[in-house]
Amino acid sequence: MRVGVLCSGGKDSLFACMCAMQEEEVACLITVFPDNPESYMFHTPNLHVVRLQARAAGIPLVAGTSRGREEEELADLSRTVAEAVERHGIEGVVTGALQSVYQASRVQAICRDLDLWCFNPLWYADPGEYMETLVSSGFDVIVSAVASEPFDRTWLGRRLDRAALQDLRRYAERYGTSLPGEGGEYETLVLDAPFFRHRIVIGESEAVWQNFRGVFHVKEAWLEGDA
Amino acid sequence: MILLAGLGFRDAALLRSEFVRPVARVAGHWGAEWSYCHYSRLQDDPADGYDAVILCGTALKDTGYLREIGRFSWLIEAPVPVLGICAGMQVLSLVHGGTLRPACEIGMVDVRVLCPNPVLPPLPSFQAYALHRYSCDPPPGWTTLAVSETCVQAVSHPHLPLFGVLFHPEVRNGVVIERFLSLVYHGKEGEGEEGQDAPPSGHG
Repeated sequence: MRVGVLCSGGKDSLFACMCAMQEEEVACLITVFPDNPESYMFHTPNLHVVRLQARAAGIPLVAGTSRGREEEELADLSRTVAEAVERHGIEGVVTGALQSVYQASRVQAICRDLDLWCFNPLWYADPGEYMETLVSSGFDVIVSAVASEPFDRTWLGRRLDRAALQDLRRYAERYGTSLPGEGGEYETLVLDAPFFRHRIVIGESEAVWQNFRGVFHVKEAWLEGDA
Repeated sequence: MILLAGLGFRDAALLRSEFVRPVARVAGHWGAEWSYCHYSRLQDDPADGYDAVILCGTALKDTGYLREIGRFSWLIEAPVPVLGICAGMQVLSLVHGGTLRPACEIGMVDVRVLCPNPVLPPLPSFQAYALHRYSCDPPPGWTTLAVSETCVQAVSHPHLPLFGVLFHPEVRNGVVIERFLSLVYHGKEGEGEEGQDAPPSGHG
Protein backbone atom coordinates (compact mmCIF):
# COMPACT_ATOMS: atom_id res chain seq x y z
CA MET A 1 0.00 0.00 0.00
CA ARG A 2 1.28 3.47 -0.85
CA VAL A 3 1.18 5.68 2.22
CA GLY A 4 2.10 9.23 3.16
CA VAL A 5 3.71 9.98 6.51
CA LEU A 6 2.70 13.11 8.43
CA CYS A 7 6.05 14.62 9.33
CA SER A 8 6.92 17.32 11.84
CA GLY A 9 10.63 16.55 11.67
CA GLY A 10 10.62 15.06 15.17
CA LYS A 11 11.45 11.58 16.41
CA ASP A 12 7.92 10.18 16.47
CA SER A 13 6.98 10.97 12.88
CA LEU A 14 10.28 9.67 11.49
CA PHE A 15 10.25 6.56 13.65
CA ALA A 16 6.68 5.90 12.45
CA CYS A 17 8.00 6.42 8.92
CA MET A 18 10.59 3.70 9.48
CA CYS A 19 7.88 1.35 10.82
CA ALA A 20 5.76 2.01 7.73
CA MET A 21 8.70 1.46 5.36
CA GLN A 22 9.16 -2.05 6.68
CA GLU A 23 6.06 -3.36 4.97
CA GLU A 24 4.37 -0.58 3.01
CA GLU A 25 5.58 1.84 0.38
CA VAL A 26 6.14 5.30 1.81
CA ALA A 27 5.36 7.43 -1.23
CA CYS A 28 5.73 10.84 0.40
CA LEU A 29 6.15 12.84 3.56
CA ILE A 30 3.39 15.34 4.31
CA THR A 31 4.04 18.58 6.18
CA VAL A 32 1.98 21.70 6.70
CA PHE A 33 4.10 24.85 6.92
CA PRO A 34 2.72 27.96 8.59
CA ASP A 35 2.83 31.17 6.54
CA ASN A 36 3.91 32.97 9.66
CA PRO A 37 6.61 30.94 11.40
CA GLU A 38 6.48 33.18 14.48
CA SER A 39 3.08 31.87 15.46
CA TYR A 40 4.49 28.38 15.65
CA MET A 41 7.65 29.33 17.47
CA PHE A 42 7.17 27.05 20.40
CA HIS A 43 5.23 24.34 18.63
CA THR A 44 7.15 23.30 15.57
CA PRO A 45 10.64 24.71 15.71
CA ASN A 46 12.86 23.97 12.74
CA LEU A 47 10.05 22.72 10.53
CA HIS A 48 12.11 23.88 7.56
CA VAL A 49 14.55 21.03 8.24
CA VAL A 50 11.82 18.60 7.04
CA ARG A 51 12.80 19.55 3.47
CA LEU A 52 16.32 18.29 4.18
CA GLN A 53 14.96 15.15 5.88
CA ALA A 54 12.88 14.35 2.80
CA ARG A 55 15.94 14.76 0.57
CA ALA A 56 18.04 12.70 2.98
CA ALA A 57 15.48 9.90 2.87
CA GLY A 58 14.92 10.20 -0.88
CA ILE A 59 11.18 10.58 -0.31
CA PRO A 60 9.15 13.35 -1.98
CA LEU A 61 7.68 15.99 0.31
CA VAL A 62 4.14 17.28 -0.06
CA ALA A 63 4.28 20.70 1.54
CA GLY A 64 1.05 22.44 2.42
CA THR A 65 0.61 25.87 3.89
CA SER A 66 -1.44 27.21 6.74
CA ARG A 67 -2.21 30.66 8.01
CA GLY A 68 -1.56 29.23 11.43
CA ARG A 69 -5.07 29.76 12.77
CA GLU A 70 -6.07 26.92 15.01
CA GLU A 71 -9.61 26.65 13.70
CA GLU A 72 -8.32 26.32 10.12
CA GLU A 73 -5.58 23.79 10.83
CA LEU A 74 -7.79 20.83 10.17
CA ALA A 75 -8.86 22.10 6.76
CA ASP A 76 -5.25 23.00 5.93
CA LEU A 77 -4.06 19.50 6.81
CA SER A 78 -6.93 17.87 4.95
CA ARG A 79 -6.16 19.89 1.82
CA THR A 80 -2.50 18.89 2.01
CA VAL A 81 -3.32 15.19 2.46
CA ALA A 82 -5.71 15.42 -0.52
CA GLU A 83 -2.84 16.86 -2.55
CA ALA A 84 -0.69 13.90 -1.54
CA VAL A 85 -3.43 11.55 -2.78
CA GLU A 86 -3.54 13.36 -6.09
CA ARG A 87 0.23 13.60 -6.61
CA HIS A 88 1.40 10.30 -5.18
CA GLY A 89 -1.65 8.04 -5.20
CA ILE A 90 -1.45 7.28 -1.51
CA GLU A 91 -4.16 5.10 0.00
CA GLY A 92 -3.22 5.67 3.62
CA VAL A 93 -1.70 8.09 6.09
CA VAL A 94 0.79 7.25 8.84
CA THR A 95 1.21 9.34 11.98
CA GLY A 96 3.59 9.25 14.93
CA ALA A 97 0.78 9.71 17.46
CA LEU A 98 1.73 8.16 20.81
CA GLN A 99 -1.17 8.72 23.18
CA SER A 100 -2.79 11.95 22.08
CA VAL A 101 -6.42 11.09 21.46
CA TYR A 102 -6.96 14.66 20.31
CA GLN A 103 -4.25 14.46 17.65
CA ALA A 104 -5.14 10.93 16.55
CA SER A 105 -8.87 11.64 16.30
CA ARG A 106 -8.30 14.67 14.10
CA VAL A 107 -6.24 12.69 11.63
CA GLN A 108 -8.63 9.72 11.77
CA ALA A 109 -11.50 12.04 10.84
CA ILE A 110 -9.57 13.55 7.95
CA CYS A 111 -8.74 10.07 6.66
CA ARG A 112 -12.36 8.96 6.95
CA ASP A 113 -13.51 11.99 4.95
CA LEU A 114 -10.91 11.29 2.25
CA ASP A 115 -11.56 7.51 2.33
CA LEU A 116 -7.97 6.77 3.39
CA TRP A 117 -6.41 4.26 5.75
CA CYS A 118 -4.93 5.70 8.92
CA PHE A 119 -2.05 3.98 10.69
CA ASN A 120 -0.52 4.87 14.06
CA PRO A 121 2.32 2.40 14.62
CA LEU A 122 3.43 4.00 17.90
CA TRP A 123 -0.05 4.12 19.39
CA TYR A 124 0.13 3.35 23.11
CA ALA A 125 3.56 1.83 22.71
CA ASP A 126 5.41 1.29 25.98
CA PRO A 127 7.28 4.60 26.48
CA GLY A 128 10.39 2.93 27.90
CA GLU A 129 10.63 0.34 25.16
CA TYR A 130 10.02 2.89 22.44
CA MET A 131 12.69 5.30 23.68
CA GLU A 132 15.14 2.44 24.18
CA THR A 133 14.56 1.28 20.60
CA LEU A 134 14.89 4.83 19.33
CA VAL A 135 18.30 5.46 20.87
CA SER A 136 19.62 2.06 19.84
CA SER A 137 18.48 1.84 16.24
CA GLY A 138 20.58 4.35 14.36
CA PHE A 139 18.63 7.58 14.85
CA ASP A 140 20.45 10.82 15.58
CA VAL A 141 17.95 13.01 17.41
CA ILE A 142 18.49 16.34 19.15
CA VAL A 143 16.26 18.29 21.51
CA SER A 144 15.01 21.30 19.59
CA ALA A 145 12.77 22.87 22.23
CA VAL A 146 11.89 22.54 25.89
CA ALA A 147 8.79 23.87 27.58
CA SER A 148 8.73 22.90 31.23
CA GLU A 149 10.69 22.28 34.38
CA PRO A 150 13.01 20.53 35.03
CA PHE A 151 14.39 20.91 31.52
CA ASP A 152 17.04 23.64 31.53
CA ARG A 153 18.97 25.33 28.76
CA THR A 154 21.56 22.56 28.61
CA TRP A 155 18.92 20.45 26.87
CA LEU A 156 18.74 22.76 23.86
CA GLY A 157 20.52 20.99 21.03
CA ARG A 158 21.36 18.02 23.28
CA ARG A 159 21.60 14.67 21.60
CA LEU A 160 19.07 12.06 22.68
CA ASP A 161 21.51 9.33 23.58
CA ARG A 162 21.68 6.82 26.42
CA ALA A 163 22.81 9.40 28.96
CA ALA A 164 19.96 11.72 27.96
CA LEU A 165 17.50 8.85 28.18
CA GLN A 166 18.74 8.12 31.68
CA ASP A 167 18.08 11.74 32.65
CA LEU A 168 14.64 11.56 31.06
CA ARG A 169 13.87 8.44 33.08
CA ARG A 170 14.93 10.23 36.24
CA TYR A 171 12.74 13.22 35.37
CA ALA A 172 9.81 10.91 34.66
CA GLU A 173 10.18 9.26 38.06
CA ARG A 174 10.82 12.42 40.01
CA TYR A 175 8.63 14.98 38.25
CA GLY A 176 6.13 12.84 36.39
CA THR A 177 7.17 14.17 32.99
CA SER A 178 6.43 11.99 30.00
CA LEU A 179 9.45 9.98 28.87
CA PRO A 180 8.86 10.60 25.16
CA GLY A 181 7.76 14.19 25.81
CA GLU A 182 4.15 13.39 25.06
CA GLY A 183 3.00 16.29 27.21
CA GLY A 184 5.01 18.75 25.13
CA GLU A 185 7.81 18.82 27.70
CA TYR A 186 10.35 18.77 24.88
CA GLU A 187 10.45 18.67 21.10
CA THR A 188 12.97 16.89 18.93
CA LEU A 189 14.60 17.14 15.54
CA VAL A 190 15.93 14.13 13.61
CA LEU A 191 19.34 14.64 11.99
CA ASP A 192 19.90 11.05 10.90
CA ALA A 193 17.81 7.90 10.58
CA PRO A 194 18.58 4.36 9.43
CA PHE A 195 16.83 5.08 6.14
CA PHE A 196 18.59 8.42 5.46
CA ARG A 197 21.16 8.32 2.68
CA HIS A 198 22.91 11.35 4.12
CA ARG A 199 22.96 12.81 7.57
CA ILE A 200 21.97 16.41 8.25
CA VAL A 201 24.74 18.70 9.41
CA ILE A 202 23.94 21.82 11.39
CA GLY A 203 26.09 24.82 10.44
CA GLU A 204 24.69 27.73 12.38
CA SER A 205 22.29 27.57 15.29
CA GLU A 206 21.01 29.74 18.10
CA ALA A 207 19.61 28.72 21.47
CA VAL A 208 16.93 31.05 22.82
CA TRP A 209 15.96 30.59 26.46
CA GLN A 210 13.62 32.24 28.93
CA ASN A 211 11.52 31.07 31.88
CA PHE A 212 12.03 27.34 31.39
CA ARG A 213 11.06 27.59 27.76
CA GLY A 214 13.58 27.48 25.02
CA VAL A 215 14.12 26.78 21.36
CA PHE A 216 17.21 25.59 19.55
CA HIS A 217 16.89 27.38 16.21
CA VAL A 218 18.68 25.72 13.32
CA LYS A 219 19.65 28.63 11.11
CA GLU A 220 21.81 26.82 8.61
CA ALA A 221 21.93 23.12 7.81
CA TRP A 222 22.82 20.89 4.89
CA LEU A 223 23.17 17.25 3.92
CA GLU A 224 26.57 15.74 4.51
CA GLY A 225 28.38 15.68 1.20
CA ASP A 226 26.47 18.71 -0.07
CA ALA A 227 28.68 21.31 1.53
CA MET B 1 -2.62 -18.09 28.54
CA ILE B 2 -4.73 -15.53 26.68
CA LEU B 3 -5.21 -15.71 22.92
CA LEU B 4 -5.07 -12.26 21.34
CA ALA B 5 -6.67 -12.51 17.91
CA GLY B 6 -5.80 -9.89 15.29
CA LEU B 7 -8.70 -8.89 13.05
CA GLY B 8 -6.82 -6.74 10.53
CA PHE B 9 -7.51 -7.25 6.80
CA ARG B 10 -4.07 -8.80 6.66
CA ASP B 11 -1.51 -9.77 9.25
CA ALA B 12 0.30 -6.44 8.98
CA ALA B 13 2.73 -5.15 11.59
CA LEU B 14 1.24 -1.66 11.26
CA LEU B 15 -2.15 -2.95 12.43
CA ARG B 16 -0.68 -5.26 15.08
CA SER B 17 1.28 -2.46 16.67
CA GLU B 18 -1.76 -0.19 16.82
CA PHE B 19 -4.52 -2.60 17.81
CA VAL B 20 -2.97 -5.68 19.40
CA ARG B 21 0.19 -4.46 21.15
CA PRO B 22 -1.65 -1.95 23.42
CA VAL B 23 -4.02 -4.75 24.54
CA ALA B 24 -1.04 -7.05 25.11
CA ARG B 25 0.62 -4.33 27.15
CA VAL B 26 -2.35 -4.09 29.51
CA ALA B 27 -2.59 -7.88 29.79
CA GLY B 28 1.15 -8.15 30.41
CA HIS B 29 1.13 -5.49 33.13
CA TRP B 30 -1.76 -7.25 34.80
CA GLY B 31 0.32 -10.40 34.84
CA ALA B 32 -1.34 -12.53 32.18
CA GLU B 33 0.63 -14.47 29.60
CA TRP B 34 -0.60 -14.02 26.08
CA SER B 35 -0.08 -15.30 22.58
CA TYR B 36 -0.95 -13.59 19.30
CA CYS B 37 -2.59 -15.08 16.22
CA HIS B 38 -4.13 -13.46 13.15
CA TYR B 39 -7.71 -14.64 12.59
CA SER B 40 -6.86 -16.07 9.18
CA ARG B 41 -4.51 -18.59 10.82
CA LEU B 42 -6.93 -19.78 13.50
CA GLN B 43 -7.69 -23.48 13.02
CA ASP B 44 -10.57 -25.58 14.33
CA ASP B 45 -11.13 -25.11 18.07
CA PRO B 46 -8.68 -22.19 18.20
CA ALA B 47 -9.49 -21.48 21.85
CA ASP B 48 -8.30 -24.95 22.80
CA GLY B 49 -5.53 -24.66 25.37
CA TYR B 50 -6.25 -21.01 26.16
CA ASP B 51 -7.88 -19.55 29.25
CA ALA B 52 -9.65 -16.82 27.29
CA VAL B 53 -9.76 -15.03 23.95
CA ILE B 54 -9.56 -11.32 23.24
CA LEU B 55 -10.61 -10.28 19.75
CA CYS B 56 -8.73 -7.04 19.01
CA GLY B 57 -9.95 -4.18 16.85
CA THR B 58 -8.62 -2.91 13.56
CA ALA B 59 -8.38 0.26 11.46
CA LEU B 60 -11.43 2.45 10.84
CA LYS B 61 -11.43 1.71 7.10
CA ASP B 62 -10.97 -2.01 7.59
CA THR B 63 -14.00 -4.22 6.90
CA GLY B 64 -12.16 -7.33 5.73
CA TYR B 65 -13.24 -9.33 8.79
CA LEU B 66 -16.90 -8.77 7.87
CA ARG B 67 -16.36 -10.53 4.54
CA GLU B 68 -14.93 -13.55 6.33
CA ILE B 69 -17.39 -13.87 9.14
CA GLY B 70 -17.59 -17.64 8.54
CA ARG B 71 -14.08 -17.97 9.96
CA PHE B 72 -15.46 -16.97 13.35
CA SER B 73 -18.15 -19.64 13.67
CA TRP B 74 -16.09 -21.23 16.48
CA LEU B 75 -17.28 -18.34 18.64
CA ILE B 76 -20.84 -19.73 18.61
CA GLU B 77 -19.78 -22.35 21.11
CA ALA B 78 -16.77 -20.64 22.57
CA PRO B 79 -15.52 -22.85 25.40
CA VAL B 80 -13.71 -20.00 27.18
CA PRO B 81 -14.45 -16.38 28.10
CA VAL B 82 -14.26 -13.96 25.19
CA LEU B 83 -13.81 -10.20 25.09
CA GLY B 84 -14.49 -8.67 21.68
CA ILE B 85 -13.10 -5.17 21.15
CA CYS B 86 -14.64 -2.95 18.46
CA ALA B 87 -14.42 -5.15 15.34
CA GLY B 88 -14.26 -8.02 17.84
CA MET B 89 -17.60 -7.01 19.34
CA GLN B 90 -19.10 -6.80 15.85
CA VAL B 91 -17.85 -10.30 15.03
CA LEU B 92 -19.03 -11.72 18.34
CA SER B 93 -22.48 -10.20 17.85
CA LEU B 94 -22.81 -11.28 14.23
CA VAL B 95 -22.00 -14.94 14.83
CA HIS B 96 -24.57 -15.02 17.64
CA GLY B 97 -27.32 -13.56 15.48
CA GLY B 98 -26.89 -9.82 16.03
CA THR B 99 -26.82 -7.27 13.21
CA LEU B 100 -24.67 -4.28 12.31
CA ARG B 101 -25.80 -0.77 11.64
CA PRO B 102 -23.76 2.19 10.38
CA ALA B 103 -22.68 4.33 13.33
CA CYS B 104 -19.46 6.30 13.14
CA GLU B 105 -17.71 7.66 16.20
CA ILE B 106 -14.15 8.98 16.36
CA GLY B 107 -12.60 10.20 19.60
CA MET B 108 -13.70 10.40 23.21
CA VAL B 109 -17.37 9.67 23.85
CA ASP B 110 -19.54 9.52 26.95
CA VAL B 111 -20.53 5.94 27.69
CA ARG B 112 -23.56 5.42 29.91
CA VAL B 113 -23.52 2.18 31.89
CA LEU B 114 -27.02 0.65 32.01
CA CYS B 115 -26.54 -2.09 34.59
CA PRO B 116 -23.91 -3.35 37.02
CA ASN B 117 -21.58 -5.83 35.31
CA PRO B 118 -18.21 -7.46 35.84
CA VAL B 119 -16.12 -5.65 33.22
CA LEU B 120 -17.12 -2.01 32.80
CA PRO B 121 -16.35 0.90 35.11
CA PRO B 122 -19.16 1.50 37.61
CA LEU B 123 -22.39 3.35 36.92
CA PRO B 124 -23.35 5.89 35.83
CA SER B 125 -20.90 6.73 33.02
CA PHE B 126 -17.33 7.04 31.84
CA GLN B 127 -15.35 8.47 28.93
CA ALA B 128 -14.04 6.11 26.29
CA TYR B 129 -12.11 6.23 23.01
CA ALA B 130 -14.27 5.25 20.05
CA LEU B 131 -13.06 4.46 16.55
CA HIS B 132 -15.68 2.65 14.51
CA ARG B 133 -18.00 2.95 11.52
CA TYR B 134 -20.51 0.31 12.63
CA SER B 135 -22.29 -0.59 15.80
CA CYS B 136 -24.36 -3.66 16.68
CA ASP B 137 -27.93 -4.46 17.45
CA PRO B 138 -27.16 -7.17 20.01
CA PRO B 139 -28.06 -10.83 19.41
CA PRO B 140 -31.46 -11.96 20.76
CA GLY B 141 -31.35 -12.43 24.53
CA TRP B 142 -28.05 -10.59 24.97
CA THR B 143 -27.80 -7.74 27.45
CA THR B 144 -26.93 -4.21 26.42
CA LEU B 145 -24.51 -3.11 29.13
CA ALA B 146 -23.74 0.40 27.96
CA VAL B 147 -24.60 2.95 25.29
CA SER B 148 -23.26 6.22 23.93
CA GLU B 149 -25.39 8.95 22.41
CA THR B 150 -24.92 7.28 19.04
CA CYS B 151 -25.08 3.55 19.62
CA VAL B 152 -24.66 0.43 21.75
CA GLN B 153 -21.20 0.38 23.37
CA ALA B 154 -21.10 -2.88 25.33
CA VAL B 155 -22.98 -6.17 25.33
CA SER B 156 -22.84 -9.51 27.10
CA HIS B 157 -24.23 -13.01 26.67
CA PRO B 158 -27.10 -13.78 29.07
CA HIS B 159 -25.28 -16.70 30.76
CA LEU B 160 -21.77 -17.14 29.37
CA PRO B 161 -18.73 -14.88 29.94
CA LEU B 162 -18.84 -13.43 26.44
CA PHE B 163 -18.44 -9.65 26.33
CA GLY B 164 -18.27 -7.10 23.55
CA VAL B 165 -17.14 -3.51 23.87
CA LEU B 166 -17.29 -1.15 20.91
CA PHE B 167 -14.95 1.44 22.42
CA HIS B 168 -11.21 0.72 22.72
CA PRO B 169 -10.50 -0.18 26.35
CA GLU B 170 -6.76 -0.32 25.69
CA VAL B 171 -6.93 3.48 25.40
CA ARG B 172 -7.53 5.05 28.83
CA ASN B 173 -9.76 2.19 30.01
CA GLY B 174 -7.28 -0.62 30.59
CA VAL B 175 -9.33 -1.45 33.68
CA VAL B 176 -11.92 -3.11 31.42
CA ILE B 177 -9.31 -5.57 30.16
CA GLU B 178 -8.03 -6.07 33.71
CA ARG B 179 -11.51 -6.84 35.00
CA PHE B 180 -12.08 -9.29 32.20
CA LEU B 181 -8.81 -11.03 33.10
CA SER B 182 -9.79 -11.00 36.75
CA LEU B 183 -13.04 -12.71 35.86
CA VAL B 184 -11.12 -15.28 33.80
CA TYR B 185 -8.54 -16.13 36.46
CA HIS B 186 -10.34 -15.44 39.69
CA GLY B 187 -13.91 -16.01 38.57
CA LYS B 188 -14.96 -12.91 40.39
CA GLU B 189 -16.27 -9.51 39.56
CA GLY B 190 -13.71 -6.77 39.88
CA GLU B 191 -16.17 -4.05 40.85
CA GLY B 192 -14.78 -1.31 43.03
CA GLU B 193 -11.25 -2.63 42.74
CA GLU B 194 -10.04 -0.83 39.64
CA GLY B 195 -6.64 -2.18 38.71
CA GLN B 196 -6.07 -3.61 42.16
CA ASP B 197 -6.52 -7.29 41.44
CA ALA B 198 -3.40 -9.31 41.99
CA PRO B 199 -2.13 -11.41 39.10
CA PRO B 200 -3.00 -15.08 39.30
CA SER B 201 -0.28 -17.31 40.63
CA GLY B 202 1.71 -19.01 37.91
CA HIS B 203 1.26 -16.09 35.51
CA GLY B 204 3.70 -13.30 34.78
